[in-house]
Amino acid sequence: MSSPSGRTGQPYEFPVERGKVREFARATKARRDSYFTDPHAVVPPTFLMSSAFWAGPGASALGDQERDMSRILHGEQEFVYPAGPPRAGTPLIATQRVEDVYSKQGRRGGTMEFTVLVTEYRDEHGTLVAEARSTVIETSQAPEREAAS
Amino acid sequence: MTGMDELSWEALAASDTLPEFVDEPLTVTDFVRYQGASGDLNPIHHDERFARSAGFPGVFAVGMLAAGILGSYLADLFGPRAIRRFKVQFREQAWPGDVLTYRGVVTEREERDGERLARLELLVLRQTGGVHAKGWATVALP
Repeated sequence: MSSPSGRTGQPYEFPVERGKVREFARATKARRDSYFTDPHAVVPPTFLMSSAFWAGPGASALGDQERDMSRILHGEQEFVYPAGPPRAGTPLIATQRVEDVYSKQGRRGGTMEFTVLVTEYRDEHGTLVAEARSTVIETSQAPEREAAS
Repeated sequence: MTGMDELSWEALAASDTLPEFVDEPLTVTDFVRYQGASGDLNPIHHDERFARSAGFPGVFAVGMLAAGILGSYLADLFGPRAIRRFKVQFREQAWPGDVLTYRGVVTEREERDGERLARLELLVLRQTGGVHAKGWATVALP
């Protein structure tokens, strides 16, 4: 991940699909009935995580090359919802950008490269619905057990 | 949870501590179900051979699973529309068989732009007392 700060992926459509909302609610042990019965349910707080992995080519601000999954850690994840999470049925346009890249020395000697990725989700009027900020850590050696998950 | 009572401004004034949620022991099936739902199919969370070749004793929990359960816990308590900000930082890994406890406290209350907001600090703890994840949230209260 040697992507410069400021790099942006291509905008992609992220339809908030009801079936996907149910599946996600079940996987995160949600107990509220609305996820399963309301066709316009407000999505679970971390639901937008499911957008990036299904986005097409060109959407990632890091480019499309395969990365070594055994060296990647997820350090932090943040969601900001100016008016609460969106509802099922909302068509969203997502755009990802690299906000920051920096390195730190790992406790066992190797270097750790931190990349902060921000994805903005806007509705059809261009209004900002959500912002998701991921801090991804790439290690130069096998991740330390206590470092992160 | 039909007709579930959401925590109100008044109810929160009475106590700073959120009701705790103790989950069932983690299973690899939990990891797989979450990974399928999110699309994050990193094999390190379900493929034993891959996890060992990467230097781990075995597969371990995908961090966003506990983050997602913590989010659902907040939505169950405050209502899904209440979430304004939610941040999670990943600490110790969690392993199959771990029993995770989800808890939180109110650290601040404020009124802004006509909304009553509460700031929360959240923890996901392993049965060892080790911290799997720390969280922070801002929720809007009725």
